[in-house]
Amino acid sequence: MIKFLYVLLVWMPFSQLANAADVPQKLVITGSSTVAPLISEIAKAFEASNQGVRIDVQSGGSSRGISDARQSMSDIGMISRDLKPEENDLKGFAIAKDGICVILHKNNPITKLEDSQIVDIYTGKIKNWQELGGKDAPITVVNKAEGRSTLELFVNYFKLKNSDIKPHVIIGDNEQGVKTVAGNANAIGYVSIGTAEYDSAQGVAIKLLPIGGTSASIENVKNGKFPLSRNLLLVTTTEPNGLKKKFIEFARSKEVIGIVKQQYLVPITK
Amino acid sequence: MLSNSILSPLRNELALVWLLRILALMAGALVLLIFAFLLNESLPILGLVGLSAFFSDPSWHPMEGFFNLTSMLLGTLYATAGSVLLAAPLGILSAIFCRFYAPTHVARIFRNLMESLSGVPSVVFGFWGLTVLVPLVNQIHPPGPSLFAGISILTMMILPTMAMAADASFASVPQNYLRGAQALGLSKSATLLGVVLPAAKAGLLSGLILQSGRAIGETMALLMVCGNVVQTPKNIFDPIRTLTTNIALEMAYAMGSHRSALFVSGLILMLFIVVLLIAAEGINRVPKR
Repeated sequence: MIKFLYVLLVWMPFSQLANAADVPQKLVITGSSTVAPLISEIAKAFEASNQGVRIDVQSGGSSRGISDARQSMSDIGMISRDLKPEENDLKGFAIAKDGICVILHKNNPITKLEDSQIVDIYTGKIKNWQELGGKDAPITVVNKAEGRSTLELFVNYFKLKNSDIKPHVIIGDNEQGVKTVAGNANAIGYVSIGTAEYDSAQGVAIKLLPIGGTSASIENVKNGKFPLSRNLLLVTTTEPNGLKKKFIEFARSKEVIGIVKQQYLVPITK
Repeated sequence: MLSNSILSPLRNELALVWLLRILALMAGALVLLIFAFLLNESLPILGLVGLSAFFSDPSWHPMEGFFNLTSMLLGTLYATAGSVLLAAPLGILSAIFCRFYAPTHVARIFRNLMESLSGVPSVVFGFWGLTVLVPLVNQIHPPGPSLFAGISILTMMILPTMAMAADASFASVPQNYLRGAQALGLSKSATLLGVVLPAAKAGLLSGLILQSGRAIGETMALLMVCGNVVQTPKNIFDPIRTLTTNIALEMAYAMGSHRSALFVSGLILMLFIVVLLIAAEGINRVPKR
């Protein structure tokens, strides 16, 4: 017992001192499930180039990102929106943008839809393209699976509840959405802009619709003109220093552009 | 040497027996572990809303707190039943053709074809379904992704399992049964109906169970062709979602009670398969007349 106390009191402080340099440094990052996959990938790259650093990424929604950061449960929070005025105690660092666009089959004569028309299509009030000046054919409504951030952004923008939407097809990832619309001349769907722009450039039979008069492109997401988009942020309680600062700088650097694009998100760095 | 070791088990024989026992225990424990894991992950939500919520809630909108799984259970049931009803007769009849009517080289080609069909990964079926079958169905009856497309794909996937199981069980019908039937002057069709089919019953049944199991568990292909709308289909052209696709679709982004509710889907799926196995066991045990 005495020996134990001896070790505890005398040796522990020394061992901690000795370890301070090479003890595994750890960052805990929690928050938005939209940002988490991106940060996980960035963290892997960061760990690979910084020996002894461990980064623990947990998702749980933007609100968890805020509350964990405030209560020091995490080192860095992740949110998939801008900071609200009442959150000015936190510091936010934009790392990427996320934008989604409405897509139709290439042969669909419709070239634009008002926001209210999109709402009516998705809630089942408009069932036929004829009502919108298209051909006489029933509309196939393609929706996203519950829990996907694309769905969240879509319903928030159009002020819908997922249970109001009357879908004909529910899809998982973006590519499945693109293939479903490309295979059905009367379908309407929404996917991440990164995917849609890439696929239509590759000649897949889809068409990107403008929203609120702004054409859907990565460029317009980047310059903030496209309304159906949001910022992805890292937040901290205090001005970041040390490892935190290093990681945030890395996440905003040119080195991660490839990773951001892989996640169908829009990089903010020039 | 062999009879020797049966009479007096050697020391290393004992070691082998124990090794086998341990391995068998591990294989058996795996199922129990999976079951325990599913139960453990499901418990939070079961404690929160109870089991009845999964059958009485107005809909499946886990983010809004509604967890009804009935229509997905029905979706699984319809897709499985539909495809088994199509694949079973098709598989058994083609195996009869292959075993009793086809010339040897045709039979061999047929068997090779069935073997390669069973080796096609499900995602390939799904991809073909999404890009070819679904647009075709869309022209007959929009929207295209539907129970019908799901049943068609599943039938293709389980047909080889059924055909090969049937072929193997016909092959194991003792030759003297056939010779006996021949000696009695029975026609070929009478031999098939009266001798071969009853003798091969157990094998056919296990083929049936194997293919049902594959149909219930199929995920990727159905995810791509069924439309995944949570609803009880009113006709065969309505989209459906099965329990397996539900997990695959939502797992990646599910958290908290949503995640837990998906484990309940898994749990129900497992119970469903257990019920199927018990039923099959029951049918197999019915004494032969």
